[in-house]
Amino acid sequence: MGLFKLKGFPGTGNFRHGIHPPYNKHLSDESKVEVMDTPETVTLPLLQHLGVPCKQIVKSGQMVRYGEMVGKGEAFVSASLHSPVAGKIKKNTVVTMPNGMHLPALSIQTQGEQISPQKLWDEIRSKHWPRDCISIYDPFTIVKVIHDSGIVGLGGAAFPTHVKVTPSDTRMIDTLMVNGCECEPYLTCDYRLMKEAPRAIVAGALLTARAVSAREIVICVEDNKPDAVKSLKQATEQTVIKIAVLKTKYPQGSEKQLIKSVIGLEIPLGGLPSDVGVAMSNVGTMATVARGIIKESPLTHRVISVSGRGIKYPKNLFVPIGISIAQVIDFCGGFTKDAARVIAGGPMMGFSFSDFNTPVTKGTSGINVLTHDEIKSDQETACIRCGRCVDACPMNLVPTRLALAARYNNPSIARQYHIHACFECGCCSYVCPAKINLVQLIRTGKKLAAAS
Amino acid sequence: MPDSNKILDTSLKSGLPDVKDNPEIHVAPSPHIREIKVNTQKMMIDVLIALTPVVIVSVYLFRIYAVKQLFICTASCLTAEYIFVRMRNRPLTLKDCSAGVTGIILALSLPGSAPWFVGVIASFVAMGIGKIIFGGLGMNIFNPAMVGRAFVMIAFAGLMGAGSYENITGLVDAVSGATPLSALKFSNTPALISHLFWGNTNGSIGETSSAACLIGGLFLVFRKTASWQIPVSILLTVLVLAGITDLAGTGSGLFLMHQLFGGSLMFGAFFIATDPVTSPLTSKGKLIFGFGTGLLIIIIRLFSGYPEGVMFAVLMMNAVTPLINRWTNPQPMGEA
Repeated sequence: MGLFKLKGFPGTGNFRHGIHPPYNKHLSDESKVEVMDTPETVTLPLLQHLGVPCKQIVKSGQMVRYGEMVGKGEAFVSASLHSPVAGKIKKNTVVTMPNGMHLPALSIQTQGEQISPQKLWDEIRSKHWPRDCISIYDPFTIVKVIHDSGIVGLGGAAFPTHVKVTPSDTRMIDTLMVNGCECEPYLTCDYRLMKEAPRAIVAGALLTARAVSAREIVICVEDNKPDAVKSLKQATEQTVIKIAVLKTKYPQGSEKQLIKSVIGLEIPLGGLPSDVGVAMSNVGTMATVARGIIKESPLTHRVISVSGRGIKYPKNLFVPIGISIAQVIDFCGGFTKDAARVIAGGPMMGFSFSDFNTPVTKGTSGINVLTHDEIKSDQETACIRCGRCVDACPMNLVPTRLALAARYNNPSIARQYHIHACFECGCCSYVCPAKINLVQLIRTGKKLAAAS
Repeated sequence: MPDSNKILDTSLKSGLPDVKDNPEIHVAPSPHIREIKVNTQKMMIDVLIALTPVVIVSVYLFRIYAVKQLFICTASCLTAEYIFVRMRNRPLTLKDCSAGVTGIILALSLPGSAPWFVGVIASFVAMGIGKIIFGGLGMNIFNPAMVGRAFVMIAFAGLMGAGSYENITGLVDAVSGATPLSALKFSNTPALISHLFWGNTNGSIGETSSAACLIGGLFLVFRKTASWQIPVSILLTVLVLAGITDLAGTGSGLFLMHQLFGGSLMFGAFFIATDPVTSPLTSKGKLIFGFGTGLLIIIIRLFSGYPEGVMFAVLMMNAVTPLINRWTNPQPMGEA
C-alpha cells in the first residue's frame, strides 16, 4: 500500500490497486474560470440525470423567466429542470446524448433582458457565504429546496442529490464526504472551483450535512492539488469540516474507493455509501446546494473544463446548461489539426460525442479533445495471463476472466466471478499489454449475466 | 481500434468553421486512453533483452556449440510456429516475438553437445505440442520450451543425460567435465563457488552463469515484465530448504551454494518459471507457485535419479496453476 500516510482519519489515504495514467492537468489547471455569454438558444434534454425523465410543464411559444421551472421531476428519482435564460420556448427537438440515448429536449430561444452570468459567477466565488447560522435552515426545507432546485451530482453520474440527502429510518448517515478528488485525467473544473470558490463549497457542505444530520464533514482532495487544499483550509477555518489529502491515483474519486481510503470501510457488494453511514457528493454539487438554498437560485449553470491536446486554448468555463458543445469548443479557439475524439467527461470513463449540437448537461464535467496519437492503439493480441488487469482492478476482480466469460458466452462464470461488482473504471483496459478491450467485453458480460 | 471507430461526416454541421477543418472525429467507448509503454511484443522484446547477458556468456563459454544451438532452436521454433499457424489458418503471430523467446530459452537449456536434430525436434515439440495444440499464445498450460526439452530429454536420454555434458570435446578446458550438481551428487566433488557464480563450469549452455541470469532477471523484474513474486519465492524456498539440508549434513555451506548457484536454478527462477501464461494470475498465487517450484526442485535434486530438477518442477507447477488460480481467486472489494 506504499508509504502514503493520512493523518486523523481511520483510512490510509489509499486503496488497493488502481493506475497512474498521465493526468495532463497542467493544460488547464492554471486558467481561471471564464464566463461564457448567454447563447442565443439553449437545448435542455428532459433527462439529464440518473433516473426518470422530468415532465415538461411549459408549452411551445410560452415565455419563461431565468430560473423558471420548465420540467418537473415528479418521480422520486428524478430532477426538475430550470431555464438558464429568459426567453421563448420553441418546438421540442431531439438530441443524441454521448451515452447513446436519444432524448426529447426543450429548446429555448433567448429573448428579452438576461441575467448576467458574470454576476452569477461572482456570487459563487464571493467570500460572503455564511459559515455559521446554518441552523436557521430546517433540514426538511433543505431537502425540499435541493429537490426543487433540480440539483444532481455534478461529478459525472448526475444522480439526483435529494435522493442522497433524504433521511432514511434504516440508514443513519454520520459522515458527509465531499468529493474533490477529480481523479480523471485532464479535468480541472473541480480544482478551479475549490481554488476560486471554496466558501460556496463550505456553505453547501454545512447545509447538506445538516440535511442528512451528519456529524462529520470531510472534503477529500488528491495530493496533486495543493493549491485547492490551501484555499479549502482557509475557507474551513473555525468549522467542523476536515480535509483529507489523499494519494493521487485513479480511480480515487470513485465512491467505494474513496470511502475505503478515508474511513477504511468497504461498501458491501451491491450496496450504497449509506450502508456504511456515508453520504457523498461532489464539490460542484455542494456549491450548487449553497446557491439553491441561500440564494434561492436553481441549478442553471455549471463549471466545465474544456481541455485536451486537441483543443487550441484549454479553459475552464462557467456555462449555462444547454449550450451546445460546438459553441463551447469555438469559444476555446476550436480544434487543433490533430484532434481526433471529443469526450464528455474524462478519458477513462467519459463518453465520446457524436454530434456537436449536443448540449452541455448537468452531468457534463468537461469536454476533452484527444489527439490521434493519444487514441491510437496497437493490434489486439491474445491474453498472456500476465495478471496486470488483476493488479490494476480497484474492485479486486479478475477482469481477464470476466472478459473471456463474456467473449465465450458464459454467464455463469461471469456471475461466479462477480461481474456486477465492476463499475467500468477502465483500469484493466488501460493496462492490458495485449490491448484487449476488457471493460468493453465486461459490459457485454453484464448484459449476458443479467439476461440469463 | 481504428476499425471500430465511426467516422463522422462533420460537413453536415453548418456554421462551425473549426469543426469543419477536421474531417475525422472518432467515437468509441471508454476508456479512451491506453498505456502506450507496454504491449505483448514489447514484453517479449524485454525478455530478449534480459536474455542478452546469458546469451553472451554462453557464447563466450561454449563458442560455436552455443551459436549452433541458439541458431538451430530459434530458427526451428520460428519455422514451427509459421508452419503450425498456417496449418490452423490463423493470422501469423511471429511478430509478437514469443516464438523467438521460446527458441532462445530452449537453446539455452540444452547442452552444447546435443546434436542438431535434438534442437530441431525439441523446437517442433515445444511449438506444436507445447503451444499451438492448446490454441497458441496464451492458451498453453505448460511452458513450451520446457515441454520441448522434457521430450528430448526422455527421447534422447543418452544425448541429453548427465553424461552428455562430460563428453564435449574441443571446449575450453574450464568447462569440460561433469556439471557441478552431477559432480556433487554422484562423486561428491564440489566446484569453486566463484566458478559457479560467474559460470565457468559445465552445464546447459545458458544455465552456468548465475551472474548473467541475475543481471537479466533483475532487469525483467525491474521492468515489471516478470513478476518479482515468482523468483523471490523460488529462491527463498531453495535457500531455506537447502540451508536446512546443509546444516543437517556437513554445515560447510558448500551444498547450499551448489543448490543456489549451480544448475539452472537462477535461469529457471527468472526466465522459465516467470512465463506469465503458465504461472498464476494473482500475487498470492505467484508466491504459492514459487514456493511449490522451489520445493519440487529440492526434492528432485535430493531424492531422484536426476541431478537437476528445475524443468520438472516448473512443468509440475504449471499443471497445478489452474488450481492455484482457483484457490487464490481474489474476493471483490466489499465481499465480506
